[in-house]
Amino acid sequence: MSRPPETAAPARTASAAHGPVPPVLSVDGLHVTVGGPERVEAVREVSLTIGPGEAVGLVGESGSGKSLTCRSVLGVLPPGCAVADGSIVLDGDEPAELTALTPKEWESVRGRRLGAVFQDPASYLNPSLTVGRQLSEQLRVGRGLSRTAAHSRAVDLFAAVGLHGPGAIYHRYPHELSGGMLQRVLIAIAIACEPELLIADEATTALDVVVQAEILELLQRLRSEQGLALLLVTHDLAVVARSCDRILVMYAGEIVEEGPTADVLAAPAHPYTEALLRVASTAEAGTGALETIPGGAPETGAELPGCRFAERCPYADAECLAGPVATRLVEPGRRARCVRPAGQPSGRRQDAGAAASAENPSAENPSAENPSAENPSAENPSAENPSAENPSAGNVSGADATAGTGATTAGTPEPEPEGSRV
Amino acid sequence: MTTVSEVPPGTGESPTDATTRQQRQEPLLRVEGLSVSYGRRATARRREGSTRVLSGVDLAVRPGEIVGIIGETGSGKTTLARAVVGLKRPDAGRIAFDGRDLTRLAGRGLRAFRRSGQLQYMFQDPLRSLDPESTVRQTVAEPLAVAGTLTRDEREERVTEALTLVGLDAGELGARTPGLISGGQRQRVALARALVTRPRLLLTDEPVSALDASNRNLVLSLLDRLRRELGLAVVVISHDLGSLAGIADRVAVLYRGRLVEQGRTADVLERPRHPYTALLTASAPSVRREPRLLPALLRVPASREPWPEDEGCVFAPRCRFAAPECRDEPAATVVDEPDPSGTDTDTGTATGTERATVACHRAADWRAELG
Repeated sequence: MSRPPETAAPARTASAAHGPVPPVLSVDGLHVTVGGPERVEAVREVSLTIGPGEAVGLVGESGSGKSLTCRSVLGVLPPGCAVADGSIVLDGDEPAELTALTPKEWESVRGRRLGAVFQDPASYLNPSLTVGRQLSEQLRVGRGLSRTAAHSRAVDLFAAVGLHGPGAIYHRYPHELSGGMLQRVLIAIAIACEPELLIADEATTALDVVVQAEILELLQRLRSEQGLALLLVTHDLAVVARSCDRILVMYAGEIVEEGPTADVLAAPAHPYTEALLRVASTAEAGTGALETIPGGAPETGAELPGCRFAERCPYADAECLAGPVATRLVEPGRRARCVRPAGQPSGRRQDAGAAASAENPSAENPSAENPSAENPSAENPSAENPSAENPSAGNVSGADATAGTGATTAGTPEPEPEGSRV
Repeated sequence: MTTVSEVPPGTGESPTDATTRQQRQEPLLRVEGLSVSYGRRATARRREGSTRVLSGVDLAVRPGEIVGIIGETGSGKTTLARAVVGLKRPDAGRIAFDGRDLTRLAGRGLRAFRRSGQLQYMFQDPLRSLDPESTVRQTVAEPLAVAGTLTRDEREERVTEALTLVGLDAGELGARTPGLISGGQRQRVALARALVTRPRLLLTDEPVSALDASNRNLVLSLLDRLRRELGLAVVVISHDLGSLAGIADRVAVLYRGRLVEQGRTADVLERPRHPYTALLTASAPSVRREPRLLPALLRVPASREPWPEDEGCVFAPRCRFAAPECRDEPAATVVDEPDPSGTDTDTGTATGTERATVACHRAADWRAELG
């Protein structure tokens, strides 16, 4: 199997062509509520577009609403969650408004025009059928192929996703394959009907780094060979750094920054992106001081007067708390939800940081760390939240379990928003 | 906040002593030729029915030192830790803790050693390894209750001390159950439970893999502080290179039960000697944009004949550079230390006293093939 070099993969032409060609997917002003009658907004005012063949990374910590966003696009929101406002348009030969589809109409979209892969491949396959049969089923139902045509197409697809000995793999059961091989099978099923868009929600999180790199390369190859558009949802900034044309950063239900990957990583416009990047790179560099972001994300759906990151932001001032912060243009193609999108006043960070640590000695000293992360739990006594599996704080990070911990988050890459149980 | 002097480590030395003394100190933990199997216990003559998960592993950890163990799922990282703490009996090899061979302990001697709490193991996944019905205080007090040597008041004092040490407010969180605290706090409760017996060696299994980047850095800097201030020896097991790069003095790379390479962290990660380590470092996603080896250059070309199973070097089937000599299993060989003084002046910790090793026939020449 030939793998193109990694660097050649991100096709810049795709984003360049993005202007005249209509986008594959446009989400406009999406609001998602969770929690039934006393519902709160877990996703607010999310707008995004994905052009043909473009790879877009959606990055955020668990509870930021990234999974709810992509599940809204797929029409598979968990019980109690609903799209409250906004439109999701899948363009192409037949434009479709996804928020208005009936279950019957969804059948011709999901799996056909939209493909998806998730974190735990084993839980999406039937353990008692061979993987080949599960792929041919998709081909026979989705594309109307005959039994023999489906078989030969399935073997071709297994080869296309880089499985060695595709003819033999066809007759294997899921338990006989490794996690990386199963994820390739899932990708083969997802692309069986030649969808316009593939959504990968934490698809490489549970894999070893070596296998993760292979799967990311496979996705890049499918993009360049088949013109597949890609939405890569992950909590790990480093995963999107090399594989996406553009990135969107989500925080507490909102998109806080959007722009070409290289530009955003070189000079983040939003302080949250800046903090994420600093935290990610200090450990890599091994320079000694390991940085952290003080505090925790606000509770899911919390109504805050101003910027939702202000509490943890070293640059925050009165202006940030005065009212809701709208998305502003940083430069063409780049937006940030910050009152100072052009950049933070120099020298401020030091002052603000010092002031913050005087107030609560958190920056260096772990003993007083995370004051706000602890508040949600305090306000949210156990009666409301009986499940130990789903602790109250919306920002609980244990949910993004990764390889080696025997991820139990099967099929639900994000914890079910707590409000939905109330 | 608790100062260092209030919490003497098991060895009773001050932090400055710890850093200067550890260079000439004997390793606190010395593992030699450790082999472990699951299934039927293997003997010299009979291997059927048993699966060997660790083979001939050597490792040494000194007081105040952080040693990282890295490897993919199933490489034997957790088994190594479980064998060291006595949860799994090895087939062969020696595990010496402070000069005492733990594999020979049995019955009363083993119980006494375990209850002394000098060696502690922090399980992976605190959500499942903490009792959901116990409060934080009960959880942390448990190792002391098991030892049964302290009075109730002394125990309470030690629990508060351990929670303070990991940066948790005992008053605020002590009465909560694990379900009511965040993932980062839960991981620190697990750490406090391990520290409450004032151990000299701490083994942590994937302490940060379930945490986001910010909490990961918080827990790692906590481990770093503990070894500096208390002279604690720490073993960090991880599948993530990034989390080890920040704090480990040395790393050992496991591949399918063999220790394929070990050495100083910076050397191993920046100039790997084993092709597997090279593949691992090249595959790790990074936010830094620096030219480095592409993983595709290190993988086996599809055209190559499959390597015969279970023959020779464990990595050969996935090694681009496998050659006829790789049909014999390579032994770990000592390689020259780049820094002959053996002292890392940045951290002041002893790092060069253990020699770097690599188990690869082609360690010296595989890079030449990259062109």
